[in-house]
Amino acid sequence: MITKVVMPKLSDAMETGKVIQWLKKEGDAVKGGDIIAEIETDKANVEIEAFGGGVLRKIVVGPGGQVPVGDLIAIIAEPSDDVSGVVAASPSRGEAPSVAARANEKPSTAAPARSLPPMETYQSVPATTKVVPMAEAPSPALVATASGRVKASPLARKIAAQSGIDLRVISGSGPAGRIVRRDVEGALSAPRPAPAVSPAPTPSPGPARPAVFVIPSRADAEFEDMALTPMRAAIARRMPLSKAPVPHFYVTSELAMDRAMELRTELNGLDGQPKISVNDLVIKACAFALLKNPGVNASLVAAAGGAGDQPPQAIRVHRRAHIGLAVALEQGLITPVLRDCDVKPLGRIAVEARDLAERARAGKLRAQEMSGATFTISNLGMFDVEEFSAIINPPEGAILAVGSVVEKPVVDNGQIRVGRRMKVTVSCDHRVMDGAMGARFLQDVKRLLEEPLRLLL
Amino acid sequence: MAVMTYREALNLALREEMRRDPRVFVIGEEVGLYEGAYKVTQGLLKEFGEKRIIDTPIAESGFTGIGVGAAMLGLRPVVEMMTFNFSILALDQIVNSAAKMLYMSGGQYNVPLVVRGPGGPAAQLAAQHSQSMETYFYHVPGLKVVRPSTPADAKGLLKSAIRDDNPVIFIEAETLYAVKGEVPDDPDFTIPLGKAIVRREGTDVTVIAYMGMMYRALEVAEDLAKDGISVEIVDPRTLRPMDTATIVGSVRKTHRAVVLEAGAGFAGMGSEISAFITENAFDDLDAPVERVTGENAPMPYARNLELLKTPSKAKIAAAIRRVCYA
Repeated sequence: MITKVVMPKLSDAMETGKVIQWLKKEGDAVKGGDIIAEIETDKANVEIEAFGGGVLRKIVVGPGGQVPVGDLIAIIAEPSDDVSGVVAASPSRGEAPSVAARANEKPSTAAPARSLPPMETYQSVPATTKVVPMAEAPSPALVATASGRVKASPLARKIAAQSGIDLRVISGSGPAGRIVRRDVEGALSAPRPAPAVSPAPTPSPGPARPAVFVIPSRADAEFEDMALTPMRAAIARRMPLSKAPVPHFYVTSELAMDRAMELRTELNGLDGQPKISVNDLVIKACAFALLKNPGVNASLVAAAGGAGDQPPQAIRVHRRAHIGLAVALEQGLITPVLRDCDVKPLGRIAVEARDLAERARAGKLRAQEMSGATFTISNLGMFDVEEFSAIINPPEGAILAVGSVVEKPVVDNGQIRVGRRMKVTVSCDHRVMDGAMGARFLQDVKRLLEEPLRLLL
Repeated sequence: MAVMTYREALNLALREEMRRDPRVFVIGEEVGLYEGAYKVTQGLLKEFGEKRIIDTPIAESGFTGIGVGAAMLGLRPVVEMMTFNFSILALDQIVNSAAKMLYMSGGQYNVPLVVRGPGGPAAQLAAQHSQSMETYFYHVPGLKVVRPSTPADAKGLLKSAIRDDNPVIFIEAETLYAVKGEVPDDPDFTIPLGKAIVRREGTDVTVIAYMGMMYRALEVAEDLAKDGISVEIVDPRTLRPMDTATIVGSVRKTHRAVVLEAGAGFAGMGSEISAFITENAFDDLDAPVERVTGENAPMPYARNLELLKTPSKAKIAAAIRRVCYA
């Protein structure tokens, strides 16, 4: 059996992907589920699995190669299978994944497997018939590749690595824009802060005179343009797609967290049990509340064809609570998805949430862990943030922004005492739901966290 | 230190080694009465007699075979090829007998043989007499291959070749026989095989070149110095074993390399040198290693075409400028 390995669509926003490395070589035996390669998307690095067994017969796109989603990147087959037809039929014609070889390929939005004619018609085409001159106008695919792959001499790379400079912010002066040593050294010396200027010796006319403040000459650049990392570019592209067309409304509620914190302390005192965080309690509470308020656990289904101004087709109500967890990274953020939170016990949620967050920070998330959320939680509590509001991550219908648990005076039966409070704000898509639905959802979240034993049921 | 020609330096080396070791003898076409087609054996017949300076018929395979047999039995023959292009006729004796005898006899017979004579492009010697024959030999395990560029190297390396217990291919150049240089007088002066030399120090680019190409590189280096490009020139001197440490060390310093080669480039010396530079100094390279080689064609007789076939100063300078991004 021949299994075509194609560039997977790892997120709704993903258009192209880059092969970082192959973990199997051509000729290696693979079975379904083996991790065969690492792929870089605009969001993260993910590992991809083989969906069929056999031998990795052909790597079509080598390390560094960037191709549109759906393009053939490798072939898994039995040793006896003839795979030449598959290679010939692939858009890159089985040649090395050079930019030149792809230069006149249009990134196909249709599924390539379906749009291709039967293999037989391609089998007679020699693999080398296509010669593409380098000078052809770059297609979108080429531009994407050019922005993903930095051309630099080995020495320039070494110097950049040693001095911690990002090659992506340097423009190369060598052939075809190659970054060479002088470019890196130039970048290293250019924005260096001006050396301390020794003040000119001033004759002191008398003690009482106020000193004139002289701004020292500042030779360093007034500003610096930093190139967008792929992740930052993706966020910049995606967020207006949410905030502009999606009419957000916000509902905020303050929750008494005293009992939840007590429960957490008690749970964390148990021997051999996973440590539970406040966020884990919030996840579980949201999962229950989402199932009880399916109108919040909902997405707008766009009309086929996807044009933004067409009337929406349906509201999809999810019967599962797959919760995206916003994880802050140095260069942006990522939302791994914790699935089936409605049925997972709290301990399980704690273990999996921690694992997802750690792997998200290490760039080790799997493809399927990055998409499919029905709702997202963004928690800035660790930054001592009292409250904030978040931007919905389409096509989800809502997102919960969680602030810190703070001690504050509260009135309780006519008495003032110290209580622990937490503010949460849900951002809702008004096309899908209304204020009261958001409020009822928050009411349920509030009740679950204020009577937290419910979370253990 | 005496100033002498390359030819005289070779003659002196032969004379000294024949005086030093009675097992050394010279055999080849016109080496005795005519004193060598290029006069390298001048005066040797008179000093050493016809038992040690042996004229042969025009039969390269035959007299090279005599040399191999004599070497196996303990003598130290120096076989002269009138031009190294004729060694093609003796290829079987050199490649299959001389190079492999120690291995195939299980260490019983070593072959302390020197095959020497001029090779490489010269002046209008045309297609059959202008070939860079070293490419035929350095591929063969069991052979050492020497290309000496200066009179001192010619003397010091030929003496080492004669004293070596293995077959040594020693290729001189017609165009260098008249080149003069200082040569140490010490009869025990030798230059070890397998040691490269830095002919000119520089900081921006390493040029690897030998024989006529080395002299051409020196001229180009002077021209480019006026433009602020500092060229280092490394002369390998022995092609096998190759002193890769000196070459790689120089490239680590300059971060760029250009390899010159008089013969056609395909699978030539430049391919080998650029390969091991890439393997050993990849992270130190600021540009791909460039090769400047002869064109892929037989050497034409016409002078203007001959000049087009061999690497010109302009081509060498252009390659150096490319790797320097200048």
